[in-house]
Amino acid sequence: MLLIKNGRVIDPASKTDANLDVLLDGEKIKEVAPAGKIAAPHGMEVFDASGLIVAPGFIDLHVHLREPGQESSETIETGTRAAARGGFTAVCCMPNTKPVNDNASVTRFILDRAKAGGSVRVWPIGAASVGSKGEAIAEIAAMKEAGIVAVSDDGKPIATAKLARQVMDYCRSLDLPVIEHSEDVSLAAGAVMREGVTSTRLGLRGMPAAAESVCVARDVQLAELTGARLHVAHLSAKASLEQVRWAKSRGLRVCCEVTPHHFTLIDEDVQYDSKFKMNPPLAAREDREALLAGLADGTVDAIATDHAPHEPALKDVEFDRAPFGILGFETALALALEQLVQSGRLSLMRMVELFTAGPARVLGIERKIAAGQPGDLTIFSANHSWTYHVKESPSKSRNSPFDGRAFKGGPTATVVAGRVVHRSH
Amino acid sequence: MSTKFRDLLALEPLTADELGFFLDQSKPFQEIQKHPLKKLATLRGKTVALAFFETSTRTRISFAAAASRLGADTMNLQAEASSLKKGETLLDTVFNLNAMKPDCLVMRHAASGATDYVARHLDIPVVNAGDGTHEHPSQGLLDALTIRDRLGTIKNLNVTILGDILHSRVARSNIHLLGKFGCKFTLCGPAMWVPRELEKIAPGTPIRCVYRIEDALEGADVIMMLRVQTERLNDPPLSADDYILLYQLNAERLRRASPNAIVLHPGPMNRGIEITPEVADGPQSCVLEQVTNGVAVRMAILYLLISGATETDTHPVLQAKSKESANASD
Repeated sequence: MLLIKNGRVIDPASKTDANLDVLLDGEKIKEVAPAGKIAAPHGMEVFDASGLIVAPGFIDLHVHLREPGQESSETIETGTRAAARGGFTAVCCMPNTKPVNDNASVTRFILDRAKAGGSVRVWPIGAASVGSKGEAIAEIAAMKEAGIVAVSDDGKPIATAKLARQVMDYCRSLDLPVIEHSEDVSLAAGAVMREGVTSTRLGLRGMPAAAESVCVARDVQLAELTGARLHVAHLSAKASLEQVRWAKSRGLRVCCEVTPHHFTLIDEDVQYDSKFKMNPPLAAREDREALLAGLADGTVDAIATDHAPHEPALKDVEFDRAPFGILGFETALALALEQLVQSGRLSLMRMVELFTAGPARVLGIERKIAAGQPGDLTIFSANHSWTYHVKESPSKSRNSPFDGRAFKGGPTATVVAGRVVHRSH
Repeated sequence: MSTKFRDLLALEPLTADELGFFLDQSKPFQEIQKHPLKKLATLRGKTVALAFFETSTRTRISFAAAASRLGADTMNLQAEASSLKKGETLLDTVFNLNAMKPDCLVMRHAASGATDYVARHLDIPVVNAGDGTHEHPSQGLLDALTIRDRLGTIKNLNVTILGDILHSRVARSNIHLLGKFGCKFTLCGPAMWVPRELEKIAPGTPIRCVYRIEDALEGADVIMMLRVQTERLNDPPLSADDYILLYQLNAERLRRASPNAIVLHPGPMNRGIEITPEVADGPQSCVLEQVTNGVAVRMAILYLLISGATETDTHPVLQAKSKESANASD
């Protein structure tokens, strides 16, 4: 048994914001009561959460754990330790491993590895097409039975409108969300950052915002055609957000996520340093403004990190040659506090929703602090000063543009299935 | 004014004073190009590494000549002969070169920012001899020197650049240099090569993009041609005939420019495509002066970066002269 006492419980699903004690028994929450009401029997583990916020366990809808196949960049063990340090209790890993998670045996392998050495829950996402090649539909039903929570050809879009339509039709019947990396690959070909004044000044090849929004438009139209649950991954452009807003206004089952780096940085921040290279690339100033508005008004459903580790040997090359992607777990909450809450744009309640009830809704599950619920909790400080040093990360990679950044507030402890899996000192 | 330079990676961050200092230091080296004996001992015992990861003829030879005329030795690395094709990273290649203890690295690379990236990892001066579609600082300096010689000034001129501006490192270096001296720019070419974003790449410098060559040439003091890269004509397919029809600089079109206007081209030229032979060989053309000035500018760059000299130091050409006259009086 574990008693978390005196914390400020913020639970968007039940609209709770109160000082409560939370008692965990085994893997589940046993009781929630006003602070001081639960007597701690002798020998019970007690966590004093005075001055801290106790939230439902954070869910990250979009991560790359690189196992199987690219273990020199990350493993399920190292990646989930980094996730725990970031306050995440469950992570959805994208299928672009080697081999691709396009069949039930790879799905089972990932789940076995997670069970053996994972710090947090790992919820695999299966490939939409065989090998994510955009030709044949993958064995989605078998993967669902094995444990996938969604499908995606992430890293690229489902190759053709026809196949995307078929996958959506199929997944509607299986009641699985289709997560789209929306990108018109012909518009994005060869590009290493967002097209604009900065790319023009730096002489780096840019992709226009339309490289994303053209494909979001396609996918939204197909969601309407099929009635599928469509989730737009790492949405970065204002025009894409407008498509999602339009879809929601028509009652379509369309949702989207935004990454911390896209609501924090813009293309003007890009230097000749591959830690500023990710896909979608850092967007324009007005895109960031639109994302912040969408995070506040409910158009955006979730914050997802797109945690994308690449070992130094791969990333420490010319900007043009470096792979896309940056680390995300350990800075996500702190960036959200800084950019969304401390800036006065969002309430703490809304920010927590974007890490908990929001992503849970995308997956069609519930996430709240109540008796009988899974014992997953994220305990964090909204104000303590600390500095992120990437060299201290349990991740095998070091590709973060936020190394050395000072923050106010961040993860304090992570509880998964009733057990403290991370506690900061 | 502090004029000590560690690297020369781009002209964009330099001030007008610093740029002017480079030009002034090039002047005596220009004169020496006319002497029968062109060699100095200024950098005797020093070694310049030339690492060209992208093919180049004139820039590489020009830097090699500059090094040799300053008395330095050179080490040559060419892309074809390098280990890059064997999978070695750029940084490893450069570290290996650096382990042979050169005093300066002159580098060209197809990736924008590659020299910037390498310079962050080296403790010897790095000279950017062209990085992707970013900058070509020595070309910018030699163009400015050529303009100053011909027109007497580089201040407040109307400069027109014709061609594929988007992919031109020469255009960017020229804009950043001449822009700091009050020049106004007109950029002209097919719309996909002349995006409007170019108007904002140098805040404070007036830059406009136009799509008719007749408008672009009106009142121009300097016309800079860029080579039409034939590979670009294929991506997307663009008709060479269309290009000639719309954008070729011919004598008739040139008459719209100011009567004293000069024509520059960084080479290599595609005669008959972006420029007619009549213009290329005409009295307004400065093409060969540019090449001669290139050696002088590169001598100044190598001298300043390797010796760490500032404005208080006596210029090596003057030093050599005073030695000569001292010898003569013996």
